[in-house]
Amino acid sequence: MTKYTNTGNKDTRSGFGEGLLAIGRECKDVVALAADLKGSVKMDAFAKEFPERFFQAGIAEANMINVAAGLSLNGKIPFVGTFAAFAAGRVYDQVRMAVAYSETNVKIAASHAGITLGEDGATHQILEDIGLMRMLPGMSVVVPCDFNQTKNATIAAAKWNGPVYLRFGRPSVPNFTGENEVFEIGKAYRLNDGKDVTILACGHLVWEALLAAEELEKEGITADVINVATIKPLDYDTILNSIKKTGCVVTAEEHFIFGGMGEMIAGLLASHFPAPLEFVAIADKFGQSGTPSELMKAYGLDAEHIVAAARRAVSRK
Amino acid sequence: MSDIQRLKDIACQIRRDILRMVTMAKSGHPGGSLSSTDVVTVLYFNKMQHDPKNWNRSGKDADMFFLSCGHESPLLYSALARSGYFPVSELATFRKIGSRLQGHPATDTNLPGVFEASGSLGQGLSVAVGAALGKKLNGDFHKVYCLVGDGESQEGQIWEAAQFASHHKVDNLIAFTDWNGQQIDGTTEEVIGPDHLDQRWKAFGWNVVIAEDGNNMEDILSAIKLAEELQAVEPKPVMVMLKTVMGKGVDFMEGTCKWHGKAPKPEECEAALKQIPETLGDF
Repeated sequence: MTKYTNTGNKDTRSGFGEGLLAIGRECKDVVALAADLKGSVKMDAFAKEFPERFFQAGIAEANMINVAAGLSLNGKIPFVGTFAAFAAGRVYDQVRMAVAYSETNVKIAASHAGITLGEDGATHQILEDIGLMRMLPGMSVVVPCDFNQTKNATIAAAKWNGPVYLRFGRPSVPNFTGENEVFEIGKAYRLNDGKDVTILACGHLVWEALLAAEELEKEGITADVINVATIKPLDYDTILNSIKKTGCVVTAEEHFIFGGMGEMIAGLLASHFPAPLEFVAIADKFGQSGTPSELMKAYGLDAEHIVAAARRAVSRK
Repeated sequence: MSDIQRLKDIACQIRRDILRMVTMAKSGHPGGSLSSTDVVTVLYFNKMQHDPKNWNRSGKDADMFFLSCGHESPLLYSALARSGYFPVSELATFRKIGSRLQGHPATDTNLPGVFEASGSLGQGLSVAVGAALGKKLNGDFHKVYCLVGDGESQEGQIWEAAQFASHHKVDNLIAFTDWNGQQIDGTTEEVIGPDHLDQRWKAFGWNVVIAEDGNNMEDILSAIKLAEELQAVEPKPVMVMLKTVMGKGVDFMEGTCKWHGKAPKPEECEAALKQIPETLGDF
């Protein structure tokens, strides 16, 4: 088992904030817009250093998306930052029309995604945004796994030509990828080699998948662990090659089963290589208030549930 | 020939183009297109600094026009073709499969002159505001123009854009409201009043200019001149309210919502065309 070290829990939204500042220093065309959540989404440092390139839109997300589209026409690289519930759900038509259909170079920084937003409850815990965004032609969907990767993915998003939906979260989670690892959009990263089961995870569930692989190894089950940091465009080769080797798969994500990464993999398997698949994701119900770790457990998203799903997948081979 | 007469002649031809395109496509939106024809003619053939043969989507070193009410696409396409962005003959493909002239303006067909898709209402003004901000950041002193419908102004996002442009002092943007008082389901007052649009724009911190006859070239030109003068002394966006007539130029289409989104039959089109002289040659 490849060993990964948690260098200390950190929130992925702060990774975004550091990435935005870094790419802002490197590229003067980077601009940013916030909808009264500049602090929550960690855009303060950018706004302070580059006040002329930061635009406060107020609590008016729809306008913010389209203003960003307009800015991008002039060669600007706009990042819009708000909660994922508003960035994907509330403004779906704006993203569809002004960003995806119009093919504008807008980067949507979607923070506080998923159930681990926690105590605010289901109103703010969007669990369908990956599905909404991946259905849009031309939209890239990126879900980095920790603080460092969110920082590096932010820099990669700025350099990517075209719209990007960058999904990250509120709570502090293990930080284990390299500080200066170059992040490639469209690439899935294999973190562990195994032969019995493939575990595909995105976001902070990648860490849970690594914990699960360690646990499974004790039972004599070895797992390929792959960080599907880009949901779209999907790295078909890396994923299919692994499943062809192991013969079964578990997908793990902080999202509804409907429309999520797991369903995308299910579609891939159905058309290319039928194999047993077990979903670690949220069934057809909304979230609720609670601490992130309580909710991860209650909604079946932690390492323990990945282990159980892997056992089921292996038994179905 | 005076410049006013030249503009009137172009507007006549654009109106004929709109009617013929919509009739040939058996679908489309003639009413609003005809009510906005005169201001769009003034913009493309008098006010705007633009280079149709060397257009690119960045709008760099050129004025930019955004059609927020995207259903007035026949008007936009005719103005673009008659300006030289693409061959006039292409107008015959409007709304046909494989055409660059989609039902509502699109960018994925690479039609020169279209900066952004529009059609889902209420969104174009925000894009225009962003483009204007981008020009300011780039030190490009060209203007951004945007046309908004009065029915469209029922969309909340219009007022989000209004607030944003006012707060950020977007003073290189002149917007127009096609204030014809009609929308699909009836008059704007019947559908969802009260209108008070001029007062609303003022309340949102914009300067407002009213063109008493928004289908009259002299009135439109002097309203724009006044907008420019206001903008020279005060860093604010300006809204030009154009009191127009829905379906302008065709007696049986004027002042009614009936022709908002309905194509005339060939014989109705013929009757309409008899009222509008062919000035530049039909496509």
